[in-house]
Amino acid sequence: MPTVSMTVNGQPAAGEVEGRTLLVEFLREHLRLTGTHVGCDTSQCGACVVHVNGKSVKSCTMLAAQADGAEVTTIEGLATNGELHPMQAAFKEHHGLQCGFCTPGMVMSAVDLLNTNANPSEREIREWLEGNICRCTGYNNIVKAIQAAAGQTGG
Amino acid sequence: MYADFDLVIPETLDEALEALAGAVGGGNGGTQPLAGGTNMIVDLRARRVAPSRLVGLGRLDGLRGIRIADGRVRMGARTTMSDILRHPDLAGHAPSLVDQARVFGGQMVRNAATVAGNICSGSPAADAVPALLALDAEVTLASPSGTRVVPLSEFFLGYKRDARAPGELMTEIAWDIPPAHSSNRFYKLALRKGDAITVVGVAVALAAEDGKCGTARIALGAVAPIVKRATAAEAMLCGQALTPELIDAAARQAVDDVDPIDDIRASAEYRRHCVHALTRRLVTQAWERLT
Repeated sequence: MPTVSMTVNGQPAAGEVEGRTLLVEFLREHLRLTGTHVGCDTSQCGACVVHVNGKSVKSCTMLAAQADGAEVTTIEGLATNGELHPMQAAFKEHHGLQCGFCTPGMVMSAVDLLNTNANPSEREIREWLEGNICRCTGYNNIVKAIQAAAGQTGG
Repeated sequence: MYADFDLVIPETLDEALEALAGAVGGGNGGTQPLAGGTNMIVDLRARRVAPSRLVGLGRLDGLRGIRIADGRVRMGARTTMSDILRHPDLAGHAPSLVDQARVFGGQMVRNAATVAGNICSGSPAADAVPALLALDAEVTLASPSGTRVVPLSEFFLGYKRDARAPGELMTEIAWDIPPAHSSNRFYKLALRKGDAITVVGVAVALAAEDGKCGTARIALGAVAPIVKRATAAEAMLCGQALTPELIDAAARQAVDDVDPIDDIRASAEYRRHCVHALTRRLVTQAWERLT
């Protein structure tokens, strides 16, 4: 079986995996980082979004071996010293979650958005989140949370 | 759980071509290349494909990137949709290709999905293909015995069948920068803006000569077993000063050039209606920019 090694949330991580092992399986089952969720299994819902080398990807649609050598960040890697990341704090403050299942993927996508575009319009936020589905349909508060995290008032 | 497979991730193109050279038959088994994986891994998990070996291309950095020089755009096979969106010069002469990237899946899929992967998926709804067809793109196919260049218009042989010999790898997509007096446009009609399979995709490229339409390309996605050009409609436009009546007649001809099906996304009748409406709209927009 191939050995993969990568940096996950700043820490080295390695393991023996099958070729078919998905990145999300490596994160959840080998590393026990279960904050990254598996929703649809068909690359539609975005619950599994993590950052690979700083960019959002759906970790259910990438083999662990494809991330060999990469820097991976999961939802567990956002908080520092017990302090929520500003995006997590904004989701909490603005009630950007209902059941919470989509939330890890939503937050990871949103962090990538503000890294890419520090002051997005509401339309740009909604377009960016097209690959993240919230089946509680809590989109309005998710958008408000992201606007707040971007320092925009009126959220 | 779907079947396991051998996974090899070569460091060089030569190693990748050697690994692929043992490919037998292609189709749904055997040895297959793996680029971004946004189609392949979904298909694996749904057991629509069952390769015995995958050759991961992720370390072949030479296959990724966009180079514009000497009047030609050369795009490595592993160039992603996000790479297309980030390129500073592409929107100027290939807005159709940039526009399709903007509505290609969601942003996380765009970070992984590659141009060659989209082409080689063979889907008639592959969003990069209409724009590339309308730009007269050519693709380079490589094997241990050498490379050959095939016009994209000759690449697709039928539904999910293409011109690659077993083991051949697409390494580059290239086209001439369109002339100064030209315009190209793309529109994707889907049930959502981006992250949904296309109902009808239309790309149009026009070049003007002396106030008339010199060359015309109309490429139509998701309305036939392959993405195809509406060549009879194109011929109606060439050499003419375009009028609303002529554009409408050509758009009606485009409907006769396609063969859509009913499926869960739309009826064949609705697709024909949209081919007419979108072709008319995009040709009109492209022509207005030239006059």
